[in-house]
Amino acid sequence: MRGIIGKKLGMTRIFDADGNASPVTVIEAGPCFVTQIKTTDHDGYDAVQFGFAEKREKSTNKPEKGHAGKAGLKPFIVLKEFRDFESNEPLQLGSSVKANIFREGEVVNVTGVSKGRGFAGVVKRHHFSGGPKTHGQSDRMRAPGSLGQSSWPSRVYRGLRMAGRMGGENVTMRNLTILKVDPENNILIIKGAVPGANKGYVLIRK
Amino acid sequence: MNKLNAVSAAQMKDDLPEFHSGDTLNVHVKVVEGDKERIQVFQGVVINRRGAGLNATFTVRKISNGVGVERIFPVHSPNIAKIERIREGKVRRAKLYYLRQLRGKAARIDEKRSD
Repeated sequence: MRGIIGKKLGMTRIFDADGNASPVTVIEAGPCFVTQIKTTDHDGYDAVQFGFAEKREKSTNKPEKGHAGKAGLKPFIVLKEFRDFESNEPLQLGSSVKANIFREGEVVNVTGVSKGRGFAGVVKRHHFSGGPKTHGQSDRMRAPGSLGQSSWPSRVYRGLRMAGRMGGENVTMRNLTILKVDPENNILIIKGAVPGANKGYVLIRK
Repeated sequence: MNKLNAVSAAQMKDDLPEFHSGDTLNVHVKVVEGDKERIQVFQGVVINRRGAGLNATFTVRKISNGVGVERIFPVHSPNIAKIERIREGKVRRAKLYYLRQLRGKAARIDEKRSD
């Protein structure tokens, strides 16, 4: 597996040679620094932990400082582990990974925290169609409808889709194509949308 | 945000002529037929300009064989070889959708005079 941590900068469009426009997300990916290397002997599994985006001194506590200090680095805002990380040269503590681990045309999965929608109704949250607008209806336009049967079973089934908190959860978009890699500025340009708000942190994995 | 703008800015044209709603344009469009590419000119009145930056588009309307034809072009599309302004129109609004209801003489637009 290969992967990198990035920051979603926003969306724009890209014209190809034929003049077709594609919607794209621009991600600032890396540089990520190795903060810890986990091994089967020591930790029970093989993984590499990366840090991305330096944290301010003020908002850092001692354990965070110590953990990053072991690799000779400053503390990071995001720390993520990648299991069975593939790389051409062996990674050491403190070494970095940049956007150029990906090539143009590669298909990747992107994980991020989706935008929080607060307490959302069933129309927004579960794509219910709501009720009718006319024919004597007064307050049924975005109502969920019936919750089930009557005297049997005399209860509402567990897991029935209702209104509630929506968004703010991990979402993975699979099979997104990388249209461009700019290794100088550590920019990845990915076709389509990516979970989360602008300036949010995302994981790009292959 | 600067890096995002840089991605957009790299694709934007810097040789665009100034044009507004009401102007008459010659839009030189690249057309690919098989493996040959040629230029087709679409002449008409700009009835709409919308969007900003790379996402901006404009609508050109013309009457072709008695039928109204409108085309929406992305301003920065690489398929547009050239935009020529051949007439500057004097209009009082930005979206000239009222032209769709008008035919013939009524659909004329006054020319803007600079003096």
